[in-house]
Amino acid sequence: MKQTRWQQATYRHPYLFALLLLVIAFTANALLQPNLLEPTTLNSNMRVFLPLILVTIGQAIVMIGGGIDISVGSIVSVVNALLATQIGLSGDLSTAGVMMGVALFVGMGAGALNGLLIAYVRLQPIITTFATSFIYAGLALFILPNPGGGAPSRLTAFYRETIILWLPLAFYIIALLLFIWAIMRRTRYGRYLYAVGGKAEAAYETGAPVRAVQFSTYVISGLMAALGGIAMTLLTGSGNAQVGDPLTLSSITAAVIGGTPLSGGAGGITGPIIGAVILGLIRNIISFAGVATWWQTFVNAAIIVLALAMPGIIRLVRRRRG
Amino acid sequence: MKRPTISPPLAAVLLAMALFLLSGFLPNGFGGNLDVATAQAINIVRLSVFLGIIAAGQTLVVISGGEGIDLSTGAVVTLTAILTYTIVSGKNEQVLPALLAVLVVGGLIGLLNGAGVAFLTISPLVMTLGMAGVVSGLILVITQGNVSGAVAPIMTQLIARPVLWGIPGAILIWAVFAAFMWLLLERTTFGKNLFAIGTNRTTARLSGINVTGMIIATYALSGMLAGLGGFLVVGNTGVVHIRIGEPFLFPSIAAVAVGGTLLTGGKGSYFGTMAGALVLTLITSLLTTMQMQESVRRMVLGATLLAMIAIYGRQRGFRQ
Repeated sequence: MKQTRWQQATYRHPYLFALLLLVIAFTANALLQPNLLEPTTLNSNMRVFLPLILVTIGQAIVMIGGGIDISVGSIVSVVNALLATQIGLSGDLSTAGVMMGVALFVGMGAGALNGLLIAYVRLQPIITTFATSFIYAGLALFILPNPGGGAPSRLTAFYRETIILWLPLAFYIIALLLFIWAIMRRTRYGRYLYAVGGKAEAAYETGAPVRAVQFSTYVISGLMAALGGIAMTLLTGSGNAQVGDPLTLSSITAAVIGGTPLSGGAGGITGPIIGAVILGLIRNIISFAGVATWWQTFVNAAIIVLALAMPGIIRLVRRRRG
Repeated sequence: MKRPTISPPLAAVLLAMALFLLSGFLPNGFGGNLDVATAQAINIVRLSVFLGIIAAGQTLVVISGGEGIDLSTGAVVTLTAILTYTIVSGKNEQVLPALLAVLVVGGLIGLLNGAGVAFLTISPLVMTLGMAGVVSGLILVITQGNVSGAVAPIMTQLIARPVLWGIPGAILIWAVFAAFMWLLLERTTFGKNLFAIGTNRTTARLSGINVTGMIIATYALSGMLAGLGGFLVVGNTGVVHIRIGEPFLFPSIAAVAVGGTLLTGGKGSYFGTMAGALVLTLITSLLTTMQMQESVRRMVLGATLLAMIAIYGRQRGFRQ
């Protein structure tokens, strides 16, 4: 079957469609909120988007490897509960540093358990991470039964108010992650990742360490969820054992809008990052457009479904014409 | 290594029985009292009915393959429970129109899911997830935060109270329903085609099955069954709230998986799902009776779920 130019372009640059959506969403947002590009407004938006962006990157890598991770939201909650109780509102910076390191290990440990069960015990990803999400959510509640605790204001201020050269802190973090990803994807590991996600049996027969690669994607996802949890804690400055819940499904939606197919072996992290920003912008647009409170959830969801359906609609229309 | 040959539904039923017997030894369990034990057993089965019927649609969607899953189930249950509540508003003669309405509404939502999956080739997980958001939004728009209405006496009578030989109506409804599900899956063309498209869509298409039509019909049916579930749930509780369906969503998938239906499609049974619903309901109520903290309860539930899928949910290795 001959591919059209649009198909070729979207295959080579899976984030092309997301970029188009981003431009539309950004324009709409800028019209409603004229100061959108001022450093402080940009910062106040990006610091809210960052936790989801971080979690989505991990989710996308798992999806490229052919899996899915339903437990990311619960890992964010565990990390938030841990930091909020162990650092506290009056904690000093060295404790905070140590606890954040511990949090990263906790995230990787949670991811390693997922990876162990999926890659080596060979359980199905969706139901396995669903089961572990209960374990992690329970753990978060165990650490922090009632909302409370927090992070010292010096620390939260650093996260909330750092602007370097007109660009908010979040930009530099994203740039760093994109840089790491660009290197990673050129290594042997990067090629294995796409091979395993594309067709695990074929990858196995050509000698790729399939199980190890699958395992590693969940560890990365756990690590990214922990980073997301740290960002979330610094953003809110408080502890809530259910703070991560909405991130699970949002991260999947963001990754898919960003051009990562659930079938694995394709995509990247640029698209998913854009996808996460789009989800945030849609929320902004709705609140600035003065949509009645009761309608907001509906309008938000309807726009997301439309965004998800758009590539399919474009294909249908093009096929009918061709 | 020899594989265990016991079938998943049977394993789940045996597990449920073992758990139930063990629960008798709990401090506030039934001990040696046979009457109390029977009453408790009946109550557990009665509570499983709702998850069992809601998970029926999930079973069909999962069997249909193509990474089939229905994440809109929870929201549809909530919407239809609210619809039932408002349409019936305490009048017996309104029960049938309400039932019809929820089946139509559930079916329409499922139809949209199916259309998105079949025509726009959106992955089922994402399509139904998006739809769940839309339906939740719709619920907020319709109710604006408060719901007025009531269930009819006849619903409470038929669903929650004993009808025949001390057996609650819900269990009888489930038995009839299970017979229909068995007929649908094992004795109709629809059932045969469903397993065929679940195993291999291409060969199914080449052997003359209308795959697109089948996918849409399956999701529509799943929506309808979730609608029926919402109707029954509100008939049992007698009150409705804006999150009434949410707790059923993931357990409905878990019940399917625990019952031995392959999440990759093409293989499974409704009896498995029924057994899965029984086990999950039993564990949940056991943990509640043991008065564990919410946090510990979740962890135990997660660990049990893991243990159960580890027994027979393992996928094939490469070296075979």
